Amino acid sequence: MNQSQHEQDQATQAVDEHRRNFIGASAALAGLTVAPGVVVYGLAQAKPEAEPVTNKVRWGMLIDSSKCADGCTDCVSACHTENGVQSGPLETDPHWIRKVELKDMRTGRQQSLPVPCQHCEEPPCVDVCPTGASFKRADGIVLVDRHICIGCRYCMMACPYKARSFIHETLTDQNPDVPRGKGCVESCTLCVHRVDQGQKPACVEACTKAGHEAILFGDLNDPNSEIAKRIATKATVQLRADLALNPGIRYEGF
Amino acid sequence: MASITFSELKETSTRYWFVAGLIGLFAALGLGSAYYMEHHGHIVTGMNNSIVWGMPHVFAVFLIVAASGALNAASIASVFGKMVYKPLAPLSGLLAIGLLAGGLTVLMLDLGRPDRLIIAMTYLNPKSVFAWNVLLYTGFFTFVAVYLWTMMDKTMGAYTKAAGMAAFIWRLVLTTGTGSIFGFLVAREPYNTALLAPMFIILSFAYGMALYLLVLIAAYTGSGRPLGDAILQRLGRLLGVFVAASLYFVFVYHLTNLYFTKQHTFEKFILLDGGIYTTMFWLGQIIIGGVLPLIILLNAKLRASRTLLVTACLMIVLGGLAQMYVTIIGGQAYPLDIFPGWQESSAFFDGAIHHYAPSVPETLLGLGGLAIALMIVTLGIKVLRFLPASLADAEVDPHTKA
Repeated sequence: MNQSQHEQDQATQAVDEHRRNFIGASAALAGLTVAPGVVVYGLAQAKPEAEPVTNKVRWGMLIDSSKCADGCTDCVSACHTENGVQSGPLETDPHWIRKVELKDMRTGRQQSLPVPCQHCEEPPCVDVCPTGASFKRADGIVLVDRHICIGCRYCMMACPYKARSFIHETLTDQNPDVPRGKGCVESCTLCVHRVDQGQKPACVEACTKAGHEAILFGDLNDPNSEIAKRIATKATVQLRADLALNPGIRYEGF
Repeated sequence: MASITFSELKETSTRYWFVAGLIGLFAALGLGSAYYMEHHGHIVTGMNNSIVWGMPHVFAVFLIVAASGALNAASIASVFGKMVYKPLAPLSGLLAIGLLAGGLTVLMLDLGRPDRLIIAMTYLNPKSVFAWNVLLYTGFFTFVAVYLWTMMDKTMGAYTKAAGMAAFIWRLVLTTGTGSIFGFLVAREPYNTALLAPMFIILSFAYGMALYLLVLIAAYTGSGRPLGDAILQRLGRLLGVFVAASLYFVFVYHLTNLYFTKQHTFEKFILLDGGIYTTMFWLGQIIIGGVLPLIILLNAKLRASRTLLVTACLMIVLGGLAQMYVTIIGGQAYPLDIFPGWQESSAFFDGAIHHYAPSVPETLLGLGGLAIALMIVTLGIKVLRFLPASLADAEVDPHTKA
């Protein structure tokens, strides 16, 4: 390597160093400029109501039939009050959740437990719905879009749990958070309007208030949640597990 | 073939207008009932949250299934090349379109929100059997309309066989789709079997052919056109074969269920102690809809009598409606078994046999669908050349020999 070449290399290195410093300073400046925006954006995303629904969460319930008091229908009343559902004794009356009395055909042992929509991972109601009005949110809640439900009732034929009701007549005194309408099908929404605000479904709250604590609500996907821990350690059952629908509602104690 | 002349009903007799008026009256009553049901809600029907599909579906599914079967005569002519059936083909296509239109009208007007028909047409869930059926119905109308065009426009005659084949394949797919509406219901014991699709196809052959014969005899008798015994004998014998095949499928369906222990209580419900459903099954579907028509149709002497032939066809139609009642309503009346091994009861009627009593408006809506189908045929044969001027034996026999 001769003298002139050496000088040339030194000059090039000096230029490269200057260029690196310049780029570094520019990046830092740009970072300082953008950072507050990113921080503000992050803060905005932290608000629960602005968060998009994500499949990182899967809402579910664990119902312990051994704690479910015989004759108590507080969960049913709370659900229907919360959602403005006027139920009654007729077969046309809607039921979003009902207490089912069970008697073992062989031993005669009796049980009682609430049955709402089971919020299946593979919901047959969503499969059969011709318009896509029956749908499952990313967080596992199965809902009916009242804007595109045509009232064909195919979902009611397909549901293995008799979870859905059809609105047979004009409704009055509706809860603004829970719009409903004649000619459409509806079912338990897992109190989605409450869950989205960080609250528990009305039935869960009512059961706790009554001192039974038979219904545990939580995120099935979070291994640290109480519901996930209980399901991981105790024997629980899915209704009609033979259908492989993986419902979000689990039962124990029967 | 050149000797066969097709012509519209030029003469407008009092009898024609009386029949058209009667059909129009039932169609109007059906539409009026639909308006009444939509205004008040389904509370004015016998349907409820346990039996969600009622009388309108009995008629609608019957008509849609029969639509496929009404195409029998046309298919035998164009696909299987039986020349003797060729003069019968245009009426066959017209009746198929009419029955499908009538059935779909009932299905659509029974929706909770019929005003959202445009949503049903534009929002399609690709996994829904119902959504597939929307496409199948549209396709059926199109294929049969094109098929009719190739038959009735002499310049299009070269395409009749291809169009007939397309319509034939499509009708089999259509009825597979109709059967699968029930067959794909995984949770209900009465359904949930692939057997329902082929069973619906064979039922469609019988129901559609019976309605076709009734319309053919009514049109020819009413208009005073000659209708020979040869063609009726052929159609009647074929109908007998379809009825026998239908009985076979029903037998296999129940035999399979009787072999499966878990299906025993359902079978006991339908076959022994299901009240109206047991009566509908044995008296309606099996005896009136199956055994008695079979005795008439498979006996050449008996089916030679037009009165007995018409009686057999009417019995098949009534038996078909009874079959739909047992399949659709009986299938829902039997409760879901959510907790196998447990006796269930609740305020939502879990574990109980569900009740259903059809109301007048929903029955009129169903009958209105049949009326709309017949109205399309009545007007069709009046204005277009669907009917051969004569189906006398002399006209038909040469084709038999061909």
